[in-house]
Amino acid sequence: MQEDTVLTMRGICKSFPGVRALANVDFTLRRGTIHALMGENGAGKSTLIKVLTGVYPMDEGEIRIDGIDGTINIRSPQEAQNYGISTVYQEITLCPNLTVAENMFIGRTQKKSVDWKTMEKRAGELLENLGIPARPKQQLGSCSLAVQQMVAIARAVDTDCKVLILDEPTSSLDDNEVSMLFGLMRELKTRGVGIIFVTHFLEQVYEVSDYITVLRNGELVGEFTVKDLPQVQLVATMIGRDLDSLSSMKKGKASALPTDSSVYEAEGLSSTESRPFDFHIAKGEVNGFTGLLGSGRSESVRAIFGADPVTGGKVKMNGKNVKISKPLDAMKHGIGYLPEDRKRDGIIADLSVRENIILALQVIKGMTHPFSRAKAEAIADEYIRTLAIKTASSDTPIKSLSGGNQQKVILARWLLTHPQYLILDEPTRGIDVGTKTEIQKLVLQLAEEGMSITFISSEIEEMLRTCSRLIVMRDRNIVGELKDEELTQERVMHTIAGGGE
Amino acid sequence: MKKTKTSQFFSNNSQLLIPLIAILLLIVFNLIRDPEFFSVGITTNNRGDAVLQGNLVSILNGASELVILSMGMTLVTAASGGQDISVGALAAIAGSVFVKVLKGGPAITGTSVFLAFLACCVVAMIFGCFNGSLVAFFNIQPMIATLILFTCGRSIAYWINGGATPTITSPIISAIGSFIPGIPVPTPILIVIVMGILFALLFRFTSLGLYIQSVGINQGAARLNGINAVGIKLLSFILLGACCAVAGMIGVSRLGLINHETILINIEMDAILAVAIGGNNLGGGKFKMLGSVLGAYAIQALTITLYAMKVPSTDVKAYKAVVIIILVALGSPVVKDTMSRFSKKIKSRSGTVGKEAA
Repeated sequence: MQEDTVLTMRGICKSFPGVRALANVDFTLRRGTIHALMGENGAGKSTLIKVLTGVYPMDEGEIRIDGIDGTINIRSPQEAQNYGISTVYQEITLCPNLTVAENMFIGRTQKKSVDWKTMEKRAGELLENLGIPARPKQQLGSCSLAVQQMVAIARAVDTDCKVLILDEPTSSLDDNEVSMLFGLMRELKTRGVGIIFVTHFLEQVYEVSDYITVLRNGELVGEFTVKDLPQVQLVATMIGRDLDSLSSMKKGKASALPTDSSVYEAEGLSSTESRPFDFHIAKGEVNGFTGLLGSGRSESVRAIFGADPVTGGKVKMNGKNVKISKPLDAMKHGIGYLPEDRKRDGIIADLSVRENIILALQVIKGMTHPFSRAKAEAIADEYIRTLAIKTASSDTPIKSLSGGNQQKVILARWLLTHPQYLILDEPTRGIDVGTKTEIQKLVLQLAEEGMSITFISSEIEEMLRTCSRLIVMRDRNIVGELKDEELTQERVMHTIAGGGE
Repeated sequence: MKKTKTSQFFSNNSQLLIPLIAILLLIVFNLIRDPEFFSVGITTNNRGDAVLQGNLVSILNGASELVILSMGMTLVTAASGGQDISVGALAAIAGSVFVKVLKGGPAITGTSVFLAFLACCVVAMIFGCFNGSLVAFFNIQPMIATLILFTCGRSIAYWINGGATPTITSPIISAIGSFIPGIPVPTPILIVIVMGILFALLFRFTSLGLYIQSVGINQGAARLNGINAVGIKLLSFILLGACCAVAGMIGVSRLGLINHETILINIEMDAILAVAIGGNNLGGGKFKMLGSVLGAYAIQALTITLYAMKVPSTDVKAYKAVVIIILVALGSPVVKDTMSRFSKKIKSRSGTVGKEAA
């Protein structure tokens, strides 16, 4: 074992019935580095992490860790913990109703009685040391998600941690919070902790990581230093082929002014969650709302769909006045809405893929006109085929699909209703690069066929590729509108930052 | 191809396994204990009609009210993720209304019985609507919301008939409660079949099942798909109200009188239990009404078996509790996981053996 390595995994193999999840994978983590583990969904990232943390036993291979002679055998998460391997998951697994200090020490005291004073003092020191803006006595639930995440990390590193695994830690954080988290990661790096960073956000990889290991179909593609692997190259490596030149995608035309041909037009529309705003979209147009998280972009599209109670404003569809006060009204007027939070608002987890696909159209048809089983199966099979949804059958519960495929099911649900106007709020969040590209292409293809689409994404790149007009929001107000040659990353950033006037 | 379809059928209906096994075990146990236990005979009743008789008949007959209530309870559980504990009290109210209307009329005829049934149905559905509004509009936990009617329901039933326990004697009433002349099958069994068909038609010709399950699994997402979640919850309570009315009418007709204190007493717990034994998640979501029905029959079979074994009626509850602990534990996720892992192991082992042989 070399001096600076803290963890080596050699020739790791793991099979599940019918699937080779990991085939001969090597992984090396160096002391004081951040090492990104990349790959599409199903590439074997989570399996590798689960082998390392003792959730799955490996079939073959060896793991060595700094400070212990010979190979080690990790049989449970508890054992991984004892070897100095800690994990912080995407979903925060702490108790929001306890204090920060309690969360940091719960389940770790050996003694029967708890010395609250010392515990709080130690927690305070640790928080200050790591620069985490939280007080030990504060209730965890009152902290922001980022701080909760950081408390979870503080808890993990306090247990004499050599290897810290961060599994999608940034997926529910906004930019500010992400940079706070990155600050903490760099701090830990200087202390000699080796960090394994799993994420879907390519930009973030380049912001903090030193090394990148790419997996594909359970096999190791290679280990690279960040310098040697430009972003485009990384994407190509992950999906195993050169990206179809996305820049050659054709965009629809932008319509600057509301005209009679506007499919949808709103004047002073407001909901309980959004301030009054004007908006319009033409037939075949793709536009987007952009702005920081919390700028009101999601709230605006929710107001269009009637997802939050509408409080005022005039709405016209195809030139005629209509009233949209609840989702069903919007659906009946041919509007579809793919919500931002797939798990919370999109999927009906226990129901089958088939039931999830037909749901919206079934509701539009009405309760007394159910689809026959055969008809529903035919529809589901058709959309599973056309959108290439990976599922065992249409009878499989949607919750057992991967994130990208769940998103495709929700997309299928709305495409089935043949909307004139489709709102996609963060359709590409938390899904793999291949599916992201597929969804972007689909959006442009649908627009070409005459569908109007509003597209929201946290990744500005993605919006620039698909939208012909961007509406920029800040602090819950529309602060600018960009189109044609104005659509550059700098210009968007500038407008978001406050140069729009 | 055919094999995968059968295996899919089994995996889709695996939740029915527990109540089916329970019923099977009770049958085997009883046959060993007394080979004559399930013999069905024909006797002549006091009106001179030939009717079926035997333990099997009394299990099917006696379970009728429970089966009907557990049908409604399944819907409420699935939509609201909670249980209605006022069904016994509501059935008492419905029964009292039924008697009150009949007593108010000049003579008991087919029409007056029909009107009385309609009246008690409407009243029970209004009370169901009350329970449902507390749950759907005010977001009160179902068990707490229905605690109100559970507490005061039998008092309301008492007021309806001025504190008396009036009797009603009529051939029509006894036809509902026991036998229709010329038909050897007890009428309550026939009513259960009718209710079963009605619910089957409801699920066949509407998408209510999909709506209820969507609301029960993810209310927010259901709303964003245009489903009126409040309305669906309300509807499930109203349907349960109708079930209470039918159960109340059967209960009254069996005895020919209404005793608001004792009619269908403690049946709410058995109805909830039937839903649970039927493999339905008490936290709401996916449901199989057939499971609850089988669960209800299993509970009744157990009760009759215990009585047949001459267990004193005061002890029956204790014995029931033991059996129920076993059934509920068998249906728990922990046991299910262990079993599925075990069966996988056996399958993979037989798979390798097969390969070696080849």
